[in-house]
Amino acid sequence: MNEPMLGGMIQTELDRSTPFLRSGNLNCGGCGMSNILQLLGHAIAEREVKLVIPACCGAITAGNYPQSTFDVPMILTTFASAASVATGIASVARLNNEDTRVICLAGDGGTYDIGLATLSAAAERDENILYICYDNEIYGNTGGQRSSATPAGASTMSTPKGKKEIKKDIVAIMAAHRIPYAATVSLAHADDGLRKMRKALDTSGFRFLHILSPCPTGWKSEPAMGIELVRLAVRSGLFPVYEVFHGDRYVINVEPDFSDEALGMYLSLQRRFRKSGMTEATLRPEIDRYWHGLRSLSGRIVPARRFME
Amino acid sequence: MPVELISANQAAALSATLAGRANRTGRGFCSGVYPITPATECMEYLCAQEIEKSRVVRVESEHSAMGVCIGGAATGARTFTTTSSNGLAYMAENCITAASLRLPVVMVVANRTMGPPWNIWADHGDSLMMRDSGWIQFYCADNQEVFDTVLCAFRLAEDPQVLTPFMICMDGFTLSHTIAQTKVPEQKEVDRFLPPTSIPHQLGRIPHALGQIELSSQVAAHRAQHHNALLGAEKVYKTVQDSFEQIFNRRPAEPVVAYRLEDAETVIISMGTIGATAEQAVDKLRQQGVKAGSLRVRMFRPFPADRLRSLLRGKMFVAVIDRDISLGFGGILWGELRGLAEPGAVVQNYIAGIGGGDVRPGHIRDIVAELKHRSVSAAPVIMEELL
Repeated sequence: MNEPMLGGMIQTELDRSTPFLRSGNLNCGGCGMSNILQLLGHAIAEREVKLVIPACCGAITAGNYPQSTFDVPMILTTFASAASVATGIASVARLNNEDTRVICLAGDGGTYDIGLATLSAAAERDENILYICYDNEIYGNTGGQRSSATPAGASTMSTPKGKKEIKKDIVAIMAAHRIPYAATVSLAHADDGLRKMRKALDTSGFRFLHILSPCPTGWKSEPAMGIELVRLAVRSGLFPVYEVFHGDRYVINVEPDFSDEALGMYLSLQRRFRKSGMTEATLRPEIDRYWHGLRSLSGRIVPARRFME
Repeated sequence: MPVELISANQAAALSATLAGRANRTGRGFCSGVYPITPATECMEYLCAQEIEKSRVVRVESEHSAMGVCIGGAATGARTFTTTSSNGLAYMAENCITAASLRLPVVMVVANRTMGPPWNIWADHGDSLMMRDSGWIQFYCADNQEVFDTVLCAFRLAEDPQVLTPFMICMDGFTLSHTIAQTKVPEQKEVDRFLPPTSIPHQLGRIPHALGQIELSSQVAAHRAQHHNALLGAEKVYKTVQDSFEQIFNRRPAEPVVAYRLEDAETVIISMGTIGATAEQAVDKLRQQGVKAGSLRVRMFRPFPADRLRSLLRGKMFVAVIDRDISLGFGGILWGELRGLAEPGAVVQNYIAGIGGGDVRPGHIRDIVAELKHRSVSAAPVIMEELL
């Protein structure tokens, strides 16, 4: 695993011979999910995979019958069914001693909202599934409505003046199920992300990855700025990058510098925060409170290492 | 052939167990189950079985129960589940998915009133809600029929010419909880009847997608294929009956069960256990000199229209008993078959036994008496209003 810091986004001999996400897919320009799938393709390499995608932008990505833009066998399910359909697939794979990774790729709506009961039950049963939530903090497929992953202050089509409630802490919920592995992935830290994807692919039992996925359409941001936005979210402490083993061992992977400048840039580079007047100062107390909790859980009172550009 | 003293719920689960085991040389058996009265006993019985190469997943909802079956069936396993009433309504979205993905999932529905008002007794309103979803639907009248129909269901659903899910319906409590002697074949006989399953569009190693976006012309083509497969299922069922008879030495019931029909002047048409009661009422009426006969519609989807049309030829008095009501319309069975009767015939709808109301032979004799006073069909009669 000697990919450069650039993110392992370059082709190496470890890589799969064909792209995981084929060209001609229907994703918007600058879609974070495209980056995720690119990274995931590198992580999967030659492993055998079956993909389960519930209703979300990913279902559109697959394209029109009979072509498919995914280079693996896949099934598109109803909105709340990713984890249950994956349970069936993973069960039959195990019955037949097949070395198949069953991967759910679901948006925040299908994970935080409508699919939460199904997800929780599959985690409780410790199904042999890798569940990836690409979180664009909005119902993108339906044109941009709020979900429980939408951050406070963000305007959406259903919260035109900005959402009042804070974002649900999905990783805490998943960690509370004491699953073998849960982690957050930053697209701006591809080496860390690739490591986590590989770790998640090769762990058995229920694994959960939460990935902040820029959505230029919903965030009202420049398509080319996606990765930069994630970097700013990580740097400012807004998007903590950490992993949780068996629900109790917390490891913080990237140490932010908690820069207000980064936070300010994160807000100002997206038009979704304009109407609510959300500022660094209004966000900071909640970030501090969250990090206080995270540090207690990780057992590290002092920062591990400084954030590196 | 050994005889077991079991309830219809247990018979259904035992039949599914034998079918599941029969796929041990294939890709195994996978089931998602969730309890709901009166189908609970079926899932409990299944959970207590030891089935080689199988997994019965105790999920958190009916919606997920069908989800597990979809995942299992899509990767080639034999799949089974059971539910009832509001559970079926909660599962509905995934039932439609299973049908549209042409997955041969087999499900037993213990028919129960849709709530509210909360009521746990027999009513066909739950499964009839799924009438148009692309499932095969059979309604059973006794324990042996439930057992046999479950076995036939796997065979018919998995037939490459059919490939649709299959719903076996039995009246909640009236049948689901009735204990009766049931002939249970040996595993090796079931193995012969149900060879290992495989579906052509199974998810294997080759990249392809199930359940994608389609253009309108593609949707229409797939709907036509699905529709024609269902229409053809009636013919395939005959070959299933033949094969069943050859292996088990008895013939499973016909899609429409006719009883003392040949010379009947008055015909009582019903589904499920009311059909068995109607046959008793017919015997009594015959003793009293009334030329009555019964038709029990076992196969409701695909709808056996031609068969019913020929059976109803020359019959001028037809009572259709519905244990269901399409609110704002009338009985669902009546709505489907009133156009199949002889022109000029009186085809009167009686809605009886909804909410689990007891339908006894006396009630059916009352219906026949009431029908005799009619010269033309009128609006559906709700039996409780007659009381």
